[in-house]
Amino acid sequence: MAEVSALLRERKCSSLELVQELIAVIRKNDSQIGAFVSLDEEYALAQARRADELRRKGTELPLLGVPLAVKDLINVQGQTCTCASRILSGYVAPYDATVIARLRREGAVFLGRTNMDEFAMGASTENSAYKITRNPWNRDYVPGGSSGGSAAAVAADETIAALGSDTGGSVRQPASFCGCVGLKPSYGRVSRYGLTAFASSLDQIGPMTKCVRDAAILLKTIAGHDERDSTSAKITVPDYESGLRTDLKGLKIGLPKEYFIDGMDAEVEKCVRAAVAECERLGAAIVDVNLPMTPHAVAVYYIIACAEASANLARFDGVRYGCRAKNADDPYEMYCRTRAEGFGAEVKRRIILGTYVLSSGYYDAYYLRAQKVRTLIRRDFERVFAEECDVLLAPVAPAPAYKIGEKIEDPLQMYLGDIFTIPANLAGICALSVPCGFTAQNLPVGLQILGPAFREDVLLRAGYAYEQAAQWHLRRPDVKK
Amino acid sequence: MKFLATIGLEVHVQLLTRTKMFCACKTDYGAGENTQVCPVCLGYPGALPVINEEAVRLTVLTGLMLGSKINRFSKFDRKNYFYPDMPKNYQISQYDCPFCVGGAVEITCGEKVKKVSLTRIHLEEDVGKNMHIGELSSVDFNRAGHPLMEVVTEPDMASPEEAFAFLLALKQILNYGLVSRCNLEEGNVRCDINCSIRPEGRERLGVKTEIKNLNTFKGVFQALNYEIARQTEVLNSGGMITQETRRWDSERGVTESMRSKEEAHDYRYFPDPDLLPVLLSREQIQLWEKDIPELPRQRCARLARQYAIPEYDAKVLSADKDLADFFEKAAGLSVNPKAVSNFVMTEMLRLLAEKEMEIKDAQITPQSLAELVKLADEGKINSNSAKQIFAALFEKGGAPGRLMEAMGLVQVSDAGEIEDFVRKAMESNPKSVSDYRAGKEAALKYLVGQVMRLSRGKANPQMARELLKQKLG
Repeated sequence: MAEVSALLRERKCSSLELVQELIAVIRKNDSQIGAFVSLDEEYALAQARRADELRRKGTELPLLGVPLAVKDLINVQGQTCTCASRILSGYVAPYDATVIARLRREGAVFLGRTNMDEFAMGASTENSAYKITRNPWNRDYVPGGSSGGSAAAVAADETIAALGSDTGGSVRQPASFCGCVGLKPSYGRVSRYGLTAFASSLDQIGPMTKCVRDAAILLKTIAGHDERDSTSAKITVPDYESGLRTDLKGLKIGLPKEYFIDGMDAEVEKCVRAAVAECERLGAAIVDVNLPMTPHAVAVYYIIACAEASANLARFDGVRYGCRAKNADDPYEMYCRTRAEGFGAEVKRRIILGTYVLSSGYYDAYYLRAQKVRTLIRRDFERVFAEECDVLLAPVAPAPAYKIGEKIEDPLQMYLGDIFTIPANLAGICALSVPCGFTAQNLPVGLQILGPAFREDVLLRAGYAYEQAAQWHLRRPDVKK
Repeated sequence: MKFLATIGLEVHVQLLTRTKMFCACKTDYGAGENTQVCPVCLGYPGALPVINEEAVRLTVLTGLMLGSKINRFSKFDRKNYFYPDMPKNYQISQYDCPFCVGGAVEITCGEKVKKVSLTRIHLEEDVGKNMHIGELSSVDFNRAGHPLMEVVTEPDMASPEEAFAFLLALKQILNYGLVSRCNLEEGNVRCDINCSIRPEGRERLGVKTEIKNLNTFKGVFQALNYEIARQTEVLNSGGMITQETRRWDSERGVTESMRSKEEAHDYRYFPDPDLLPVLLSREQIQLWEKDIPELPRQRCARLARQYAIPEYDAKVLSADKDLADFFEKAAGLSVNPKAVSNFVMTEMLRLLAEKEMEIKDAQITPQSLAELVKLADEGKINSNSAKQIFAALFEKGGAPGRLMEAMGLVQVSDAGEIEDFVRKAMESNPKSVSDYRAGKEAALKYLVGQVMRLSRGKANPQMARELLKQKLG
């Protein structure tokens, strides 16, 4: 992005040319990849022309004319926002999400909407109502999820960068599977206003980029308090880009024992261990730490996330917007049929689970208990960050990307794939995924860096130093293959 | 068998805020359908609520006025159920941490004074309004998201009269605190009733029914009368009361079953993750405590004392904040507060009721009322004329002195002029003259009336009476 901005600034190319070029790439490749659910070429070109016009008049903005792709659950005024669900097919957002408004203010151009698992529920982007997205490194493999479309679009050079959302790893895991950078900011760092909610206490919007510097630039733009989101924190946003460094001198890195478990893919472990060694070479001190509550994270997550989702998704009833079942005799039948026809299997599964854990008689045993364990998980992190280390290094996922269809029939297996990403969401801390190598089959592997709440600056500094030394981010997939 | 009734109320009060509970939409009444809506109050994907602090203040103020304990830690919960007029299909409400707990409202019912205890006062958002036009149904969401305060009482009332008295007392207090307009026509106050009966002498409460969504105080009174009679009849004929939700049909004057408790909702309450808990500092609450106004009962006592008016007057005046405010302003400008009170209590209330107006819509000002009283006290007008001038002031406003002249109502206190009227009256009513002289006192009154008629109401009645007595010897 920095290069693209420079090209635009120096008038070596126009935003219009850039957008046209990307549209050409998308036309050529995206029938194979399926990263986008909708592409409004006219809208994108018009914004590019406007950006060029502004530049001619002397306007200088950090992102002026830079094209971005947006996950299909973040509202962009005038564009469809389907959340990859039939229930919102054709729904046009009447307003801009706060992150979109902030990017717009800086001059960004919105290319189109990227595919995802329906309502962000899934880890493979196979749960979209519209299409399957394929991994640009190997089209037989999943791109990860739920922000699989955004990750694939970035990896396949169909966009300069993208926005995703991360509720339990939905930015970091696809970034890891597709070999790009994905950042889940601390809870409260980025406004959720305009992000169609999956689980309100866990959701965060995050940048998905080709390199750490781009993530720093995008985060700086979208972060900060928003009076429309009372959970957004009133904490100053540092200039992440200028804080980047190429060494790790004085940094204490913790290796959580619970993240290097039996049954973890050997190649993934090898890549991550090599990355740890690289960080040590760059000046970091490595210490072993314990996060004993980690084994409970997946169970806690699926109770809390589903509980919140069951309420958040109740608004999709066919009364005010989206699809409505035809010829129902009364409102009750209309709701039932609209929701039966509109939601996919995974969404229904989670709504039912969430409804169950909140119902009277079960609330204490499930929801309340889960909230208590969640507190313990958060304390685990608070303790290690206060006493033992500055950041943690861990794998993003226990295994690299798997084949399309391989796990789709086994939701539980799929849920367990989130084991290393979920704790960060439960604790509200920030976490970054950076490419750290490839498997023998040429599938990317990601390194996860976890940091204390609101210390994205430390995270990005560490990620940048490692990235610049390791250079994995420069490898591109051969999309023609 | 004689039965005793036990009544509890849940009163929903629309708060007097400019904007909605969780967004910046206006709360004006009577705007075109769906014109005061936004992504937040329509529950659009991605929209998030932000707490209206004024609504919190008004709720806490209510608690302070009613002697509740204020929870310094409070939070909002989601109450989940499906209904077409509810945009998100959950209502943001308060479950286990309401703003206010306990407190009481003192009521007077006949001669009896009693305290109705409160369970809690919490804050929530209102829903929209379903409208049915022939085969078509549509929803107006203007009301959706309006701040709604719910006052829940203990089952402390024993009769429809007490329930009615409670609602009146509560309304007065809310008016005093500027918490709500409490305008029944605009749906500012709505009420659910819990009602059960039990045989006299038994402690344990009977099976209760809930009557939903009453929107007039009279409706509450009538529904309770009906429901108590219905339950009495069921029990007397050997039947059982089923725990159920009922609806008041004001046209037919009956309550009827809506749904039985078996299909009751499981609301699946849980803390709303979009909103942080509300933490109120001691300083904040102390600051709001300063806003507690003088309440109706205190004002009643003070009015009686300060203006030396009868207890009865003070009670009528203090029942309505606007009325009491008007009285106090006028009385403060006058040396005769009792006369001011008389005007407000008789002429003012009568005209307001006749024209179905509120005091703020009347043109008369406290200053003009004070002047009017002065004119009467100085004998420049008699009481009849004063009433006429009052009506004119009420309607159009103006200066009483000028009106008096313009309307030709200046009282005739010139003895010579009145003597003419007296003479004429005696000449044309010889029978009355002889009657009086024969000892019939009542005839004098008639003759005074004749003098007033001849003078077209302008003669000073005292002087007329004195002169007549002299002449009749």
